[in-house]
Amino acid sequence: MPVMEYIEALRLAMREEMERDENVFVLGEDVGLKGGVFTTTKGLQQQFGEHRVMDTPLSESAIAGVAIGAAMYGMKPIAEMQYSDFMFPAANQIISEAAKIRYRSNNDWSCPVVIRAPIGGGIFGGLYHSQCPESVFFGTPGLKIVAPFTPYDAKGLLKAAVRDPDPVLFFENKKCYTLITGEVPETDYTVEIGKANVLREGDDITVISYSLPLHFALEAAEELQEEEGISAHILDLRTLQPLDKESIVEAVRRTGKVMIVHEDNKTGGIGAEVAAIIAEELLYELDAPIMRVCGPDVPAMPINPPGEKFFMLNKNKVKDAMRQLAIY
Amino acid sequence: MNEMESKPRMSRHHEVGLTDDQAIDMYRTMLLARRFDERVLLLQRAGKINFHVSGIGQEAAQVAAGFALDRTKDYFLPYYRDYGLVLSVGMTVRELMLSVFAKAEDPNSGGRQMPGHFGHKKLRIVTGSSPVTTQVPHAVGLALAAKMKGEKFVSFVTFGEGSSNQGDFHEGCNFAGVHKLPVIIMCENNQYAISVPIHKQIGGRIVDRAAGYGFPGYRVDGNDPLEVYQVVKEARERAIRGEGPTLIEAMMYRLSPHSTSDNDLAYRTKEEVDENRAKDGIPKYKQYLIDAGIWSEEKDTQLNVDIRAIIDDATNYGDKAPFPTPESTLLHVYDGDSEGGRA
Repeated sequence: MPVMEYIEALRLAMREEMERDENVFVLGEDVGLKGGVFTTTKGLQQQFGEHRVMDTPLSESAIAGVAIGAAMYGMKPIAEMQYSDFMFPAANQIISEAAKIRYRSNNDWSCPVVIRAPIGGGIFGGLYHSQCPESVFFGTPGLKIVAPFTPYDAKGLLKAAVRDPDPVLFFENKKCYTLITGEVPETDYTVEIGKANVLREGDDITVISYSLPLHFALEAAEELQEEEGISAHILDLRTLQPLDKESIVEAVRRTGKVMIVHEDNKTGGIGAEVAAIIAEELLYELDAPIMRVCGPDVPAMPINPPGEKFFMLNKNKVKDAMRQLAIY
Repeated sequence: MNEMESKPRMSRHHEVGLTDDQAIDMYRTMLLARRFDERVLLLQRAGKINFHVSGIGQEAAQVAAGFALDRTKDYFLPYYRDYGLVLSVGMTVRELMLSVFAKAEDPNSGGRQMPGHFGHKKLRIVTGSSPVTTQVPHAVGLALAAKMKGEKFVSFVTFGEGSSNQGDFHEGCNFAGVHKLPVIIMCENNQYAISVPIHKQIGGRIVDRAAGYGFPGYRVDGNDPLEVYQVVKEARERAIRGEGPTLIEAMMYRLSPHSTSDNDLAYRTKEEVDENRAKDGIPKYKQYLIDAGIWSEEKDTQLNVDIRAIIDDATNYGDKAPFPTPESTLLHVYDGDSEGGRA
């Protein structure tokens, strides 16, 4: 099986979907000739032409709104927001329009658009090239939200998003782009939206997370197992909306001790909802208070290296928290 | 204008390409929209329904635009006062009344949205929302699809002059201009955005903005349906030829308050409203048809009787139709959730 970078898997998913279905097209700032500021769409314009890999004006609400209009016609647009930090001008189009088109038309119209946006820090991006905006869109019914952490999931989830009949926000992690490599089948597979994934079986503690921090948790779990005999069960949410409640409950029931990890800040984050689900469904089966390990409640991360390091999660922070939970 | 008033050109509708029957049909549709609107205002005042947002004073331009488009192919993105437009492109009064009464059978939204929030896929009337002007980028996206697929249709989008200050108007126009897309962007300038008059809304002229986006703009008398018809028809021809978008600013006056929740005399005078009522496009167009020898007071009386019957029937139908079931509130969040669960 070929081994490739996370970013290559994303590119491959787009290429395969564009080859499969001529209604699939990509639009965004710098996605054409340049191939995107991160090179995510590199080579696609050369293969598919200017009309299917379209450089747009610097105008996020139009990128989303035009994609929504084309999707209502029956096209399958993949709209790229250059950084998720810059998708707020498009928030009205995403929340008031894309999310509500099927519902408000009583199932007459639909909006099968994919909006890709890189999330996350640790790249010296400062306040406005580092944010995790998922909590802003989470809790808006009608939107699906996915966040892959491996090349395998990146390809499979992006292909599933393109084929999905509803709007999907695809939050890819920019730190993962070239840092994370993995096996990616050449076959035409998809990863089902709405299903969480058990990454590691264990009996002492449960870690629920998504995107980049899962790599920290997996590494920490290996070390804790080896060094201290702590056995961690790890669940990747994969899809943030709709949440896979069944898998969450099952994963927590397995150990009775749970910790939720994400880079987005703690207050009002996905972890708050996951914790609420756990409290509603199995509070009395818990052997420890629910723990959350998240970004701090500051507006966004600073660019100075000590500040960025302080904000970001890493293996040691996650490992320490996991140990604390295990010995509780 | 003065020349026309002193000596009406009897075949003006022929000059713009309308047959006698089409010219009369336009009038019939305008009057239907007007009488519908008046009825719904009464229904609200009588406590039968909760809310109405009126398009009185704007029907002439709406209907003329609808007739100038290809009603078998084009996509329509109306704003909330466009009863004349949606009636022109095939929505029925029964369907509108179902929406007014928020009933399950309403094709616009199944009784979910406020009246005036149109949508009807079979008629290519694209579903709309309340945050204004979001439909402009959608129209541009539909026009992009036309270009990508090589299909010969245009998208036609409307909005008010207040809305033309939203970013989505500008972002949509710019995108359409860059890619020379087949979209017609028509501002129904009715002089008021709720209570704020045009001079507090816009420093320049909306029509002049077209130049900044690299496509033509035309300001027309929205009370003159033949002028509107001609400019929309020509815009459509340019769009189909691949020459890109057109901005149209149709000048008119909102004769009704903003909505049934608004007291317009708190911010404008009765004299001003009356002065504009005298410029109303519908009676003027009726007089044109009479002067052209293809309409008469007798026919007009009969038309009013016929329209009343249509509206009575639709009111009765809408009133008696069942509401959606409470549980249906849970449906259609995602595809395939007709069992009420989440996809």
